[in-house]
Amino acid sequence: MKYYDKLIFELSRPGRRGYELPANGYAADALASIPGNLLREEKPELPEVSELDVVRHYTNLSNKNFGVDTGFYPLGSCTMKYNPKINEEVAAMPEFAGLHPLQSEETAQGALELYYNLQQALSNIAGLAEFTLNPYAGAHGELTGLMVMRQYHISRGDTKRTKVIVPNSAHGTNPASAMVAGLEVVEVKSKPNGSIDVEDLKPLLDDTIAGIMMTNPNTLGMFETEIVEIAKLVHDAGGLLYYDGANLNPMLGKVRPGDMGFDIMHINLHKTFSTPHGGGGPGSGPVGVAAHLVDLLPAPRVRKDADGKFHVEGNDGKSLGSVSSFLGNFGVMMKAYAYILSLGKENLKNVGPMATLNANYIKESLKDDYLLPIEGACKHEFVFDGLKDKSTGVTTLNVAKRLLDYGFHAPTIYFPLLFHESMMIEPTETESLETLDEFIEVMHKVAKEARENPDMVKNAPLTTLISHPDETTAAKKPILSYRQLKADQNA
Amino acid sequence: MSKVIEGLRYAESHEWVKVEGDIAVIGISDYAQHALGNIVYVDMPEVGDEVAAGEDFGAVESVKAASDLLSPVSGEVVEINEELEDAPEAINADAYENWIIKVKMSDPSEVEGLLDAAAYEKLCENE
Repeated sequence: MKYYDKLIFELSRPGRRGYELPANGYAADALASIPGNLLREEKPELPEVSELDVVRHYTNLSNKNFGVDTGFYPLGSCTMKYNPKINEEVAAMPEFAGLHPLQSEETAQGALELYYNLQQALSNIAGLAEFTLNPYAGAHGELTGLMVMRQYHISRGDTKRTKVIVPNSAHGTNPASAMVAGLEVVEVKSKPNGSIDVEDLKPLLDDTIAGIMMTNPNTLGMFETEIVEIAKLVHDAGGLLYYDGANLNPMLGKVRPGDMGFDIMHINLHKTFSTPHGGGGPGSGPVGVAAHLVDLLPAPRVRKDADGKFHVEGNDGKSLGSVSSFLGNFGVMMKAYAYILSLGKENLKNVGPMATLNANYIKESLKDDYLLPIEGACKHEFVFDGLKDKSTGVTTLNVAKRLLDYGFHAPTIYFPLLFHESMMIEPTETESLETLDEFIEVMHKVAKEARENPDMVKNAPLTTLISHPDETTAAKKPILSYRQLKADQNA
Repeated sequence: MSKVIEGLRYAESHEWVKVEGDIAVIGISDYAQHALGNIVYVDMPEVGDEVAAGEDFGAVESVKAASDLLSPVSGEVVEINEELEDAPEAINADAYENWIIKVKMSDPSEVEGLLDAAAYEKLCENE
């Protein structure tokens, strides 16, 4: 790999151009019609480069990327499945891509129909009454869902309910979203097998509880088998159940959050429904609710009238209001809809079992070298607590960095916080047996290297352009702009 | 092996307390700094703030994670370690020398509920 770290501004040379405009043959002077106070006095500081400079610059940068299209990406909890190219083709159709959000309803009936159909499809998949597609991503969906939860209690005059129960294995976004929604976080412990401790939950359920946030399967990839009892306990205490949709993938077409007793959930279209993420976004975080919460969903919504026409409906006074501009990230919705239709109902049901089989295959193949804290069948992902042999001093971070030398993306590390050396692996359903075997072989090789040459593994990666950035200095004295970099260099 | 010091009291959430009269000097344990890794920021309360036993009074941010600081005792913050604002990594160098806050205790008997060095050492071994 060629080392390349230039900014396009560093390539700039005064007067260099990649184009030449013909002389103005028209009589009118556009600039003359713009008031003087709106005209800038200095020329904008744009990089002055040739077309070849631009092409080389961006091609070199793109070669530094690692994505699902480049290699295996077992980043736990992120569902880095393949993003089918038909999604991109559909989203780029000029009939859709060229729409303006302010054009009239009657000229955008096709787009609104797609939007409406996706709302319906997600409702069917989730077993919930209605979805809003407005939120821009997962955490935004969580915030929206919790605002619905809070609004529900307030609208009933039940203003004491200000606390949300979050398991200690939860995604970090759960407590963060609750705080932003103005709710207080109460932690519930996990049992040694990683699932919620019902006995620890019971005493927390009083009349100050707004609800509970759960991920099922949880962040250890284990299905919460006591969910029906938990749902009953929380509902009996007057609370609502929120489903964090980050781990929806293994459940597709098999189990519906609504049937498990959940009242509110978000879905990450960019995870479960194969749209790009991890730098390739944007995302989309639709929120679904049970029938008794439908009125509170954000506006605007797309509805279908008796004549089969589609309408964008604004706030009718009951909605909690707007959470995004217009209707959300429409391009992402098109890709997710294309994915749902490409697979169809029957094939969507195969996603979960294949993702589950792939995860269990890796788990069982590697548990001789890596410490498996929770035995038993997992769902789409699982967690190792680092290498089994702790005597070498080789940490999860070292293993993760060594994987880069072998051309794999690292798993999620040091999450969940239940273990010290967490290594969370999620292969997804789109990987072949050959890829899984290749990964397993490399993981065994790294474990062997850790035993035989621990210092080498601790110094990994050895083949990447950047190997050990100074994370402490980066966190304490971040350089956030080219201007700042230049100022620091000149100082 | 992490260092545990005799004579200090410890919370299960890995803060230590040194009692000086009715003042509790509070920091995080060597085990905690080790688990967190390189510390880059310490979020501290202001002098005069009230803290309650078991409630958070700030946070420690490392390159690996951000972790709440839970107060082992209740009372009023009388001093904060301002040196940590510029040099949070001092906690990595010596977690017991570099205290975080001093609290004037409203209920000194709360200290009795904390772990002693032997009990805390055992807790760390089992984590």
